[in-house]
Amino acid sequence: MIHVTTTVNGDEVEFVCDPRETMLDVLRDRLGLTGAKEGCGTGDCGSCTVTVDGRPICSCLMLGVEAEGRDIGTVEGIATDEDLHPLQKKFIEYAALQCGICTPGILVATKSLLEKNPNPTETEVRYWLAGNLCRCTGYDKIIRAVMDTAADMREAS
Amino acid sequence: MAFDATKTPEFKIVGTRPNRPDGIDKVTGKAKFGADVTAPGMLHAVIIRSPHAHAKIVKIDTSKAEGMKGVKAIVTRADFATGLEGEEWNILENVMAGDTALYDGHAVAAIAATSALAARDAAKAVVVDYEILPHVTDVDKAMASDAPVIRADVADGSVPEGLHPNVARYHESGHGDVDAGFAAADLVVEDSFRTEATHQGYIEPHACLAQLGNDGKGEVWCCTQGHFNVAKVCAALLGTETSQIRVTASEIGGGFGGKTAVFIEPVALALAKKSNRPVKLVMTRSECFRATGPTSSTSIDVKIGMTKAGKITAASGVFRLQGGAFPGAPMEFTAMCAFAPYALENVKQIGYDVIANRPKQAAYRAPGSPMAAFAVESVIDELCNKLGLDPIEVRLMNASKEGTKASFGPKWDRIGLVETLEAARDHPHYAAPLKPGQGRGVSCGFWFNHGGETAVSLAMSEDGTAALSVGTPDIGGSRASMCMMAAEELGIAYDDVRTTIADTATLGYNEISHGSRVTYATGLATIEAARDTIRKLCKRAAAKWGIDEDAVSWIDGCAVPSGPNAGDFEPLPLKALTKNMGATGGPIVGHYEATPEGAGVSFATHIVDAEVDQETGSTKVVRYTVVQDAGKAIHPTYVEGQFQGGAAQGIGWALNEEYIYGEDGRLQNAGFLDYRIPVASDLPMIDTVIVEVPNPGHPYGVRGVGETSICPPLAAIANAVSNAVGVRLTELPMSPPRILEALEPK
Repeated sequence: MIHVTTTVNGDEVEFVCDPRETMLDVLRDRLGLTGAKEGCGTGDCGSCTVTVDGRPICSCLMLGVEAEGRDIGTVEGIATDEDLHPLQKKFIEYAALQCGICTPGILVATKSLLEKNPNPTETEVRYWLAGNLCRCTGYDKIIRAVMDTAADMREAS
Repeated sequence: MAFDATKTPEFKIVGTRPNRPDGIDKVTGKAKFGADVTAPGMLHAVIIRSPHAHAKIVKIDTSKAEGMKGVKAIVTRADFATGLEGEEWNILENVMAGDTALYDGHAVAAIAATSALAARDAAKAVVVDYEILPHVTDVDKAMASDAPVIRADVADGSVPEGLHPNVARYHESGHGDVDAGFAAADLVVEDSFRTEATHQGYIEPHACLAQLGNDGKGEVWCCTQGHFNVAKVCAALLGTETSQIRVTASEIGGGFGGKTAVFIEPVALALAKKSNRPVKLVMTRSECFRATGPTSSTSIDVKIGMTKAGKITAASGVFRLQGGAFPGAPMEFTAMCAFAPYALENVKQIGYDVIANRPKQAAYRAPGSPMAAFAVESVIDELCNKLGLDPIEVRLMNASKEGTKASFGPKWDRIGLVETLEAARDHPHYAAPLKPGQGRGVSCGFWFNHGGETAVSLAMSEDGTAALSVGTPDIGGSRASMCMMAAEELGIAYDDVRTTIADTATLGYNEISHGSRVTYATGLATIEAARDTIRKLCKRAAAKWGIDEDAVSWIDGCAVPSGPNAGDFEPLPLKALTKNMGATGGPIVGHYEATPEGAGVSFATHIVDAEVDQETGSTKVVRYTVVQDAGKAIHPTYVEGQFQGGAAQGIGWALNEEYIYGEDGRLQNAGFLDYRIPVASDLPMIDTVIVEVPNPGHPYGVRGVGETSICPPLAAIANAVSNAVGVRLTELPMSPPRILEALEPK
């Protein structure tokens, strides 16, 4: 077992894990953060998306021990104490989720997109999300929610 | 409970688009899905699966694994009930193989250990001796005379003599004289079609947490479309009583029919029983593909005759469905749905249910219907092309309507096919010009929809809010619709109703969330439970006023005297009646239990434009419009979502998705990288038109909407692609290699 010190959603966290455990295993089984989901375990579905030092990654493809000294962001850290993130509000309002299993990964991924590119085209949103599978919605309402959130956030800033 | 036309103009909440009640939990990561819970002392389980398509299990040696660190229990078939028959035996045999592994991925043993890693390590130490048997995975080859016999005794009484023992069931239906009808046609087109098996592809793998202590009391938490069914099946497979297994449905990360079946819960319970510890069992994605229900693969022949004017004179179809190593492929549905959109004088359909060395098929959104539509609607498109007729006008000319005889027998009640066709014809999409290299396709689709056993309970709180308990897992936002219908009836705010999916010990039996039944049947039960509550509220008002309870009406959330003769009393708001209910007669709870029989069938018409790159064989869907009859859209945004989701899944089925088996009978693409479902960059926006032709069997006119949306896309896209390239595509998926093959000069 390896001892690891890292930061998750702004809080310093320590854990021990087997060197074979993935970051996703650690988040879910050792830190109790079950927002990130395992849809495939092979980096194909994106439902385990978290950020590492601000970059979205599939946490099923990262080992827990690699978190040492890093800054991890998960869906649990998107809302502030007072309020939901504009993306979260818009996803609810637009019904951009049906079952909701892909939603945590898609929210983490799109939040990263809007931080990098506040004015994405529809095509840019679609390609950015091409690694996040959604089986329920056909993506229509997700893409609209992201585009309209981006517009709202541009207007507010 | 018939449709009440007088009620419709008065809706205050139905038809609006409120936020779903579980929305915040779902966007913050708080929602608890199948794999998201733990229990003190919990073990982790792993299933050991056959790597062979067909093999006798000679010996399972668990001795080495038993001695490994952390291992607490190992189960094989010997740990399950004996003496089961019929479908219960089939489910047990599928959940844990007996003497023979029947497909690549078939479970043969399971291990529970103190960690997932320890369970995985121990699984590798289990040694299974197999004697490999000949196998078959293709539907046509499984019916051929030289096919290996998978099980000698599966055929039921429906199968005519002389067919291969792999044919488990046979269906024949229709009416009129098809030979005379074909003779009367100006043109007859006949073609053969094949579709590969696809997987429902829910993003959440099957997951459960089970406990079964020495006292015989079991608890299961799992992601399922039907927890009451899970309880029933687990009890049978464990040899106990249904009431001893209490099942709670977690949030469910997609089902689409695939989570109507039971795979892992009995295994987790058997391990829990043996170890006397809670056991968590979560499938990997590869296990989902190899061992949970894909659809049937099919081989279909369709023949249709038409006059020069576009009138169909006769139609016939032969539908062969491979449903894995067990009987049950939904070939009757395929046969019955095939020609349902058309009013035909002469029609005949034949179905074969064929077993092969593949996983047991499970329902997938309108099971059996999309493949039928693919074949039939392709032939109609070909007839329209050859006769120079407009495909929507031809469908309108032949459309089923109220009073015409369905291809499978009964006379149609009020249905909305014509309305969807007219809306499609009048949609700007249908008149929009196409670019070079593009083709347009149109298709209709049909699904029955379903009622089923339903029980709900609606408890009023002292503050005038309502707690609604339903027994149908919310697979796509149904709690919102239930809150809306209860609030509509009670005359209270949407936010004043909270809907909970109750466990199996709390409500009467509820059939699975399938057959597009929830908004129809659970909705109807909710409306009835609310009306039951209102009767009880009116009774309290009557007692307070000292008048007869029949003299009290419920209007806008208040009890009021029914007329001047009833007396002159100020309206009593709901809150005034619930505030002191303890003193006026006790808790006020409405309920309803029934098996509603008035499900309304639904039809859809889809229009799609596709662009084919003739160099690479790659197809891009550039525009898509869904027109479907919802009867009444309770929450229109979620109805649109069902339309779009069905279309997207159909696009995947049409263009990419398929089970690929090697010569060795092993599944070669058991992962999302190689089994490619549509990603965001594959799809356009999906336009929707909600048609509302009320279902006479529901008080608000609701028809199911979840399944019909996947019926037309396979054919609509095949027609668009065929029209783009000028060659008829008859095999799905229309992946680039198949398109290039079709384009090769013959």
